[in-house]
Amino acid sequence: MNGAHDLGGGHGHGPIAPDPNEPLFHGDWERKAFSLTLAMGFTGQWNIDQSRFARESMAPGRYLETSYYEHWSHGLEVLLADRGLVSEAEIQAAKPIGPAKPVQRILKAEDVVATLQKGGSAKRDEAGVGPAKFNAGDRVIARNINPPTHTRVPRYVRGRAGVIDRVHGVFVFPDTNAKSADEKPQWLYAVRFEGQELWGPDAEAGACVYVDLWDDYLDPA
Amino acid sequence: MPHDGHHHDHDHGSELAETELRVRALESLLVEKGYVDPAALDVLVETYEKNVGPRNGARVVAKAWDEPDYKAWLLEDASAAIASLGYTGRQGEDMIVLENTPETHNMVVCTLCSCYPWPVLGLPPTWYKAAPYRARSVSKPRSVLAEFGVTLPDATEIRVWDSTAETRYMVLPMRPAGTDGWSAEQLADIVTRDSMIGTGLVEAAS
Repeated sequence: MNGAHDLGGGHGHGPIAPDPNEPLFHGDWERKAFSLTLAMGFTGQWNIDQSRFARESMAPGRYLETSYYEHWSHGLEVLLADRGLVSEAEIQAAKPIGPAKPVQRILKAEDVVATLQKGGSAKRDEAGVGPAKFNAGDRVIARNINPPTHTRVPRYVRGRAGVIDRVHGVFVFPDTNAKSADEKPQWLYAVRFEGQELWGPDAEAGACVYVDLWDDYLDPA
Repeated sequence: MPHDGHHHDHDHGSELAETELRVRALESLLVEKGYVDPAALDVLVETYEKNVGPRNGARVVAKAWDEPDYKAWLLEDASAAIASLGYTGRQGEDMIVLENTPETHNMVVCTLCSCYPWPVLGLPPTWYKAAPYRARSVSKPRSVLAEFGVTLPDATEIRVWDSTAETRYMVLPMRPAGTDGWSAEQLADIVTRDSMIGTGLVEAAS
């Protein structure tokens, strides 16, 4: 979706202002937004692409005015409501109204460290998907697509020409995984775009951008 | 920022207070409904507050500086080389390490959200997740680096890596002069988080 999250190339957002003494979490509510999101992710009611789409769906004005963990808590609420796990009325009342729905798994304290260390790769078996469409050095164009649903091809590369830098392997395709949990595994590449191609005469000299893009985002140039 | 700061702070302040209340309500609801184990929430937070942070990445970098074979492995198969030090898992399952040289400087961003290699760097700082860096790092990397106090020669190519997939990138910064004979722990001490994102350089200063 062409939401406020797709920030690459934008102007007017102000200085970067790194804070060398920044705490990891700014208050307990950030700790809660973070840990609740991870713990609920483990219940298996949605995948990571659905979770990203829920965060992106925040109204653009509000997205830009709020912080990272506000995006996270918004995304969590959207998913919980959509899956019928927690209703708006329950959040207002701060107590359960209906009975709990069963979930696939519950993350226990003693399993947290091992679960995090195990992770869950999005890499899939290369057998069955056919050979990679492109090889390192091939020239490609990022498709100019504008789906209102989740996608990972940023606006600033759409319609632009680049060169395949490397082939990463076969990975879950986010667009279909977000829409219907259809992983549609396909080849993923790092694609190099020259600064001039992306930003024209306003590009800085000697700078380029590498973007990870899947087969379904690319055409031969 | 090109807006009325006072007005913005006021609006955002009340919105934040609202978010805080809602997050607190969510926590008690999710615990009461049995979807989350409250003790698990504490372990999740503790893991990233105490155990998983940029010190892990610094050890990877120090080892690569110290051992040419390890460095070659790291650049060839970063996931395996990093896993050999025990740093694995969530948001770092498929790692790529990018080597900085006098000719090439790499820096990492996620313009679409804030993807970041958690097992080696921990959770990202606010500036990495906020709009200014996500917007400008891809279009004006030299000016972004200048905001971090980094100025590179014109002849150094800058490569910005936008983390749009589940591959996670870490930069292998250049080893500074004057560190010959240093132990791996001494080397790890000077490796900064920003140098592994690509917005800083490593200096040998004590």
